[in-house]
Amino acid sequence: MKTSILATGLSCLALAAHAETPVLTVYAGEYFTSEWGPGPAIEAGFEAFCGCDLQFSTGDLLPRLLLEGARTEADVMIGLSTDVLARARESGLFAPHGQDLSALTVPVDWPDDTFLPFNWGHTALIYDTTRMETPPASLEAMRDLPEGVTVVIQDPRTSISGLAMVLWVKAVYGDQAGAFWADLAPHILTVTKGWSESYGLFTSGEADMVLSYTTSPAYHIMAENDLTKKAAIFPEGHYFMAETVGKIAGTDQPELADQFLAWVLTPDFQKTIPAANWSLPSALPVADWPAGWSDLPLPETVLFLSETEAESLRAEAVEEWRAALSQ
Amino acid sequence: MARGAVAMIGTSVASALAALVLLPLGAVLWRAGVWPALAPGDLQALWFTLWQAAVSALLSCVLAVPVARALARRRFPGRAALISLMGAPFLLPTIVAVMGLIAVFGRRGWANEALAALGVAPLSIYGAQGVILAHVFLNLPLAVRMILQGWQAIPAERFRLADSLGFAPAQVSRHLEWPMLRAVLPGAFAVIFVICLTSFAIALTLGGGPRATTVELAIYQAIRADFDLGRAALLAGVQFLLCAAVAVLIWRVIAAPGFGAGLGRPPMLRTRGAGPWLADVLAIGGAALFLLLPLTAIALRGLPGLADLPEAVWSAAARSVSVALASTLLTVLAALALALRVAKAGRGAALMDAAALLPLATSGLVLGTGLFLLVQPWVLPAQLALEVTVAVNVALSLPFVYRLLLPEARTLQADYGRLSASLGLHGPAWLRFVALPRLARPLGFGAGLAAALSMGDLGVIALFASDQSATLPLVVQGLMASYRLEAAAGGALVLVLTSFGLFWAFDLMGRRYAAV
Repeated sequence: MKTSILATGLSCLALAAHAETPVLTVYAGEYFTSEWGPGPAIEAGFEAFCGCDLQFSTGDLLPRLLLEGARTEADVMIGLSTDVLARARESGLFAPHGQDLSALTVPVDWPDDTFLPFNWGHTALIYDTTRMETPPASLEAMRDLPEGVTVVIQDPRTSISGLAMVLWVKAVYGDQAGAFWADLAPHILTVTKGWSESYGLFTSGEADMVLSYTTSPAYHIMAENDLTKKAAIFPEGHYFMAETVGKIAGTDQPELADQFLAWVLTPDFQKTIPAANWSLPSALPVADWPAGWSDLPLPETVLFLSETEAESLRAEAVEEWRAALSQ
Repeated sequence: MARGAVAMIGTSVASALAALVLLPLGAVLWRAGVWPALAPGDLQALWFTLWQAAVSALLSCVLAVPVARALARRRFPGRAALISLMGAPFLLPTIVAVMGLIAVFGRRGWANEALAALGVAPLSIYGAQGVILAHVFLNLPLAVRMILQGWQAIPAERFRLADSLGFAPAQVSRHLEWPMLRAVLPGAFAVIFVICLTSFAIALTLGGGPRATTVELAIYQAIRADFDLGRAALLAGVQFLLCAAVAVLIWRVIAAPGFGAGLGRPPMLRTRGAGPWLADVLAIGGAALFLLLPLTAIALRGLPGLADLPEAVWSAAARSVSVALASTLLTVLAALALALRVAKAGRGAALMDAAALLPLATSGLVLGTGLFLLVQPWVLPAQLALEVTVAVNVALSLPFVYRLLLPEARTLQADYGRLSASLGLHGPAWLRFVALPRLARPLGFGAGLAAALSMGDLGVIALFASDQSATLPLVVQGLMASYRLEAAAGGALVLVLTSFGLFWAFDLMGRRYAAV
C-alpha cells in the first residue's frame, strides 16, 4: 500500500517535471537517428542549451506529413532534400524560417525563405583505383565506356540520389538526355531501390562504378584509412543536392522551432555535419571544415535546377530514363 | 459445442483478415478522392509481374517434386538437419538473400569463378533470369516442405498394400503419389505465385533495370515519389483481383486425396534399383548445393562483422524477438481456427479460403498507408508502432500457416470427423486427443515460419516507425545507410541466425509432439 502511494507520488512528480520541459518534435528520415547518423549529436547539442526535450520521430518524411496534413505533431522537419521541396512548399504546411541567410556557404544561390539547407553535396560516380586506373574524364565519356565496364545506379522512382542523377543528365543534355541513357544502358549492371544496395554491390566488386556522392571517398579515407575509392570529377559539372530544415506552420513550439533553425546555421551545429552525415556543411567556410575535408576533390562547376524547373522536368526526365533503359 | 466455437472463431478470423486488408485499401482510395488512372509503363509492369511470378512458381513447384520425393523415401544421417537447413532461404530477408545469391552467382561470384577456371563464358544474374533464380531460391524450400508433408501424410498402410499387391513404381505413382500431388501442388503454386506477385526489392536489384519493374514498385513510386494515392490504390486493387482469380482457380482444381485414415505409422516408400537411387542423390545433392551455398556466403560475409557489433543490434534483436513471439502466438491460434472451419466445408468456406490468401497479395505500402489513415484520427500513429507491427505480421504470415494446416485439417475431418462425433469426443478433449497430435507437425512448422517471417522486415511500418521501436532489420539498414557495410553484414547474420533459431525450435517442437 505504502509503496503504491509512493509510486503514485513519484509518477506525479515525474509527470510534473515532464510537463515543465517543452518538447520539440522533429520529423527526420528513417536512418537519421541511428547511432551512426547525425541525430544523436544534434539532439545532445540542442538540448545542451534549449532547456527542452528534442524528440525525433523517424520514418517517411513528406508522405507522412502530407497524410497528416495540419493535424501533424511535428514542429520541425529535417532531411527534406532539394528535389522534393516544390511539393513540400505546395502543401502550405511550412512557415517562413525568418533566418538571416548570409552565413550560408553553399555553392548555389539560395533565396529560399522557407527551407534552410543544413548540408550539401554533389552526385558523383565513385570508382575503385585498384579496379579502374583511369576513370572516364567527363560525363560525355560515360557514353563510350570500354566494353565490360559496369555501373550501378539507383532507381529515380524510389531513390532521391537516383532522381538527382536523372536531373543531372537532364541539366547537361536537355532534350538529348534519352540518347545519353541509351548509350549508357549497356553498362548499367543493375538499378537498385536505394543507395545502400548499390554501394554494397560496388564495394563487393560487382560493379566498377557506383552512383553516390562526391563526399563518399571521405568516409573511406577518414573511417577506414582507405584511399582507393575516388569520385570521378567531370568538367560538365556535378548536380547539387542539399538536405533542408523547415518549420511547420502549425507548431505549438514556435520559439523553440525558431531557436532550432537559428542553431542549424551556427558553427557549433555545422561542425558535426561532415563526420556524422558524410556530407558538406552548409554554413561553414572551407577554412573551418574539419581536418581532411578541405582536401577532398570537388568539382568546379555545380549544376542545379531550380525547384520549379526540377518539378516540371521530373516526370519527363524519369520517363526518358525508363524508356531508354527498357529497350 | 467447442467445435462450434472454433468454427465461429474461424469465421471471425476470416472476416477480420478481409477487413484488415480491404479497409486500408478503401481508406487510401477514399483519401485520394479522384478516379485514378494508370501511368505509362504500368501495363508493362503488370505483364512482367505476371509472367515472372508464373514462371517462378511453376519452376519452384516442378523442381520441388523430385526433391520432396527423395527426402520422403530416403533415410540418411543428418536428414532431419538437412530438411531444416534447406528451409532457411525462405526465411531470409530479401536483401540478405540477394547479397548471398550475388556472392555465388554474381559477376565475381563463386559460380563464375568456377566457370572461368573451366574456360566457360560467365553467367549473368542481372535480368529476368536473376529475378526468377532468386524467387526459386527463396520459394523452393517452401514448395519442398509442403510437398514433403503431403508424402508423409499418405498413410503407411497404403504403401504396404501397394507393395503386397506388387505395384510397379509407375502404379504407385498413379494411385498414391499423383492424387496427393493433385491435392498439394495447386495450393503450393498459388502461395508462391502470389508471393512473387508482390516482389519488389528482388526484381529491382536483380532485374537489371526498369524492364523488370513490378506492380509493387509502381505502387511504391505512386506513394513515395508522386503521392498519387489513387493510382497506388488502383494498382493494389489490380493485385487483389489477380490474387482472387488465382484463389478461385485453385479452389476449383484442388481435390481431396481421400486415402482414408491410417494407423499413424511413418510412411514406407520402397524403391529398388540404381536408377531411382541416382535420381534421389542428384535431387537432394543439387537442391542442397543450390540452397546452402548462398547461405554459406551470407555466413562468411557476416562473420567478420560479428566480433564488435554495436549494442543497438542486440537491443533491436531482443525487441524483434518479442514482437515475433507475440505475432506467432496470435497467428497460430487464428490460422488453426480458420483451417478447422474451412475444413468443415459448408457455406462460405470457399470465400474464407480466398480471404486467407488476400494478405499475400497486399501491397505492404498500401496496407501501411491505409492503416495510418485509419488510426490517425484517433491516436498518434507512432504510439501504435509495435501493435501495428504485430497485427501486420499476423496478417501476412497467417496465409502460410493456414495453407500448411488446411490439407491436414481436411484429412482430419474426413478420417476422424465421424468417429469423433460417434464417440461424442468434442471440446478441449477433441482438440487435445484428436486434432492437436495430428496437426502438431504443420503447426510447429507453421509457427516456425510465422516467427521467422515476423523477424524480417515487412516494410509496412515505415510510416509508424518511432525512435524507440527500431527493429533488427531497420538497424541493419541504418548501418548500411551509413557505410558500415561490415557491421551490417554482421547484423544481417544475427538476423538470419535468430530467425532460423526460432524457426528450428518451433519446427522441432511440432515434430516431437506429432502423432505421425
